[in-house]
This record gives sequence, structure tokens and C-alpha cells, in this order.
Amino acid sequence: MNRIVLVKLLATAVLLLLFWLGLRRASLVPGRGQNIVEVALGFVKTQFADEVLGEKIGRRYLPVLASMFFGILALNITGIIPLLNISPNAIFITPFLFAILAYVTFIYAGFKEVGPGKFFKNSLFPSGVPAPIYIILTPIELINIFLVRPLSLALRLTLNMIVGHLLLVLCFGATHFFFLQADGLDKLFGIPTLIGGIVFTLFELLVAVLQAYVFTLLTAAYIEQSVSEEH
Amino acid sequence: MPITVLAEGEAPEGIGIFLPAIYDIVWSLVPFLLIVGFFVFYAVPRFTKILDQRRNVIEGGIERAENAQAEAQKQLDEYNRLLAEARQEAAGIREQARQEGAKILAELKEQANAEAARITANAHAQIEAERQAALHSLRGEVGSLAIQLAGGVIGESLTDDRRSTALVDRFLADLEASEAASATGGSVAVQRGKAGI
Repeated sequence: MNRIVLVKLLATAVLLLLFWLGLRRASLVPGRGQNIVEVALGFVKTQFADEVLGEKIGRRYLPVLASMFFGILALNITGIIPLLNISPNAIFITPFLFAILAYVTFIYAGFKEVGPGKFFKNSLFPSGVPAPIYIILTPIELINIFLVRPLSLALRLTLNMIVGHLLLVLCFGATHFFFLQADGLDKLFGIPTLIGGIVFTLFELLVAVLQAYVFTLLTAAYIEQSVSEEH
Repeated sequence: MPITVLAEGEAPEGIGIFLPAIYDIVWSLVPFLLIVGFFVFYAVPRFTKILDQRRNVIEGGIERAENAQAEAQKQLDEYNRLLAEARQEAAGIREQARQEGAKILAELKEQANAEAARITANAHAQIEAERQAALHSLRGEVGSLAIQLAGGVIGESLTDDRRSTALVDRFLADLEASEAASATGGSVAVQRGKAGI
């Protein structure tokens, strides 16, 4: 138990509370809260489920994609919220759990939609390739799909959050140092670092949304590859 | 450093550098499972249910509207049909009335003509009868008057009834003949009449 765990629990609680409030009295004619929640879920539905997977299959995997997008987003955004100031996704295990979810989901999708045999054949022996190429292609695909995919998902997110956190710590730490401990004109160095901190805070807001988006989009794309007949 | 929280402050060694601490795994699983469970079992099902319901309502509304429109169209067609029938019937009735009117008019005209002809004929007959009557009485009066006059002129009484009557008749016949001749316009007849007198 430490601060990051507390932040994680808090972010989770807030996320669930917001969606619960929005959907508590879900009705055909939405109220204000329900409208916001519907817009948010509608975004995931159109951007990932419908766009990448199509309406029919997208509907089946929408719960996974939605929990992924909003879970990652909620745990990312704490990195720029004052007093929290850390993203739980900067600890490898948190993104890795989402990556495992993505991994399990796209393999499950392949098994369920096209069957295990066809899934492995499509994945490891893609059609339209001369037979000898399989000697190098199949091991690459094996490593790529079943090893690199989950790790890259988790690492991309973790490193983004770590770097973002480092940048902010650097900017605000330097500002603190220059303003309070530096002598004379050196204090002025605090101004650019403070501006840098503000800019990187906004940048981290973008990164928080973008990484959640990328993570979910890639998962959707992996599911799509698994369920397609040929690729 | 907040980014690498170490368990109990001990530096991990070997593979331990890459493995998350046990408490990290445990406490990461809790929010993770909460989030996934919440979205899988609560948020998304509710969301899709609402979307489906709304779509059904809208589709139902559209269907109802289409039905209502079709019904209205049917009724409109029916009304138009009835209206056309009524118009046709009215036209028929009007035509019939016109024909009947014309017939009645023609009948009335004929009747009037007949009546007029009858009246004219009656009048002619009456006039003829009156003329005959006048002629007759005139003939008697003129006859006796002429005989009296002639008796006075010739100085003798024309008492012989048979002869006087014959004389009067001849005179009258002459007179009539001369009248008829003058009616046809011949001067000869006039002269003859004069000569007859």
C-alpha cells in the first residue's frame, strides 16, 4: 500500500461513480449526466467498435474496449491532477494488466469467430505469400503476435507515463529550486521552467487521452485481425 | 523517487528489477477488475440497452407514422373516389332533369298549339254559324222588303208567293255570284253584277 495505490483506487472510484451517476436512471430521453456518459461511450462505440470491428462484432467487444479506454484514461489523467500527480500507469503492472486483457481478448476473438485452426493459420501463415517465406515469416509473426503485442502495448503506455511524469517533476522541481533556493538573477530561470511545466501539463493531458486512444485502437485492430477471414 | 517505489526501501536484485512488487500486482488487480467488471457488467450493457430501446422507439415511431400516412392516403383515395362518384351522379341527375324539362316544355308547347288550334277552329265554326244565321235572316228580310218595294214600284201586289220567292232567290243568287266574282277581282264580274242589278 502506497500513494500510487491510493491514487489508483481513487481514480477507479471516481470513474465508476461518474458512470454510475450517468447511467443510474438511464432512460430513453437522457438527462444531462446520461447524455455525457452516452457521448463518451458513443465515442468508444463509433471510434473503435463500429469503425474497426463493424457493428456486429464490435457490439460483442465493446465492453472490453470501453473498460480499456476509460480505465486507462482515468489512470492516466491522475498524472496531471494536483495532489495526485502520478499516473498509476507509470507502474508497469497496471498497463500490463490491460495488455493481458487485450491479449486474451484478441485470442479469444480469434477462437470464437473463426475457430482456433483458422486463427492460427491466418496469424502465422498469412495467405498470398510464397511458401519459402514462411520459414522466416512464421517465427516473426509468432513473436510479434503472441509476445510483442502485449508487451509493446504495456511498455508504450508505461514509458509514456514515466516520461511524462519525469518531465513534469523536472519542470516543477526546477521551478521550485529556482524560485526558492537560487540566488539573485538565477531566480528568473524559474519563469521558463514554470512555463515549461504548464505546457507539459497540457501536453500530458493530450498524451493521457492519446495513449488511451492508441491502446484501445490497437486492441481493436488486433481483434479485427483475429476475426477476419483472410488478411 | 515516486516512479520506482521500492518495497520496504530495499533495492531489488537480478530479475527482481523487472518484476513488479507483490503489492503492486495485488493492488493493481483490484482497480483493474473493478473497472473491467463495471464496464462489462454494468455500464456498457446499460448503454447498449438504452441505445437499442431508443432505436426501437424511433423505428416504431417511424413505422407508426408510415402506417398513419398510408391510412390517411387510403382514406383520401376513398374520399376522392366517393367525390368523383357523387360528381358523376350529380351530372347524371342534371342531364336527366334537363332532358325531362325539355320534354315537358315540348309537351306544353304541343298542348298550347293544340288548344290554340281548337280555339281557332271553334271561333271559325261560330263565325260561320253566325254568318249563316245572319245571311239567313238577312235573306228573309231583304226578300220581303224587296218585294214590298217592288210591289210598290210596279203597283201590284206580288201576292203570288211562289213566284215572289223564286224571284227573290234568283236575285240573291245573282248577288252572291257577283260578290264571289268581285272577291276574285274580275271587272267583268263587277260589270256582270251591275248588269244583274
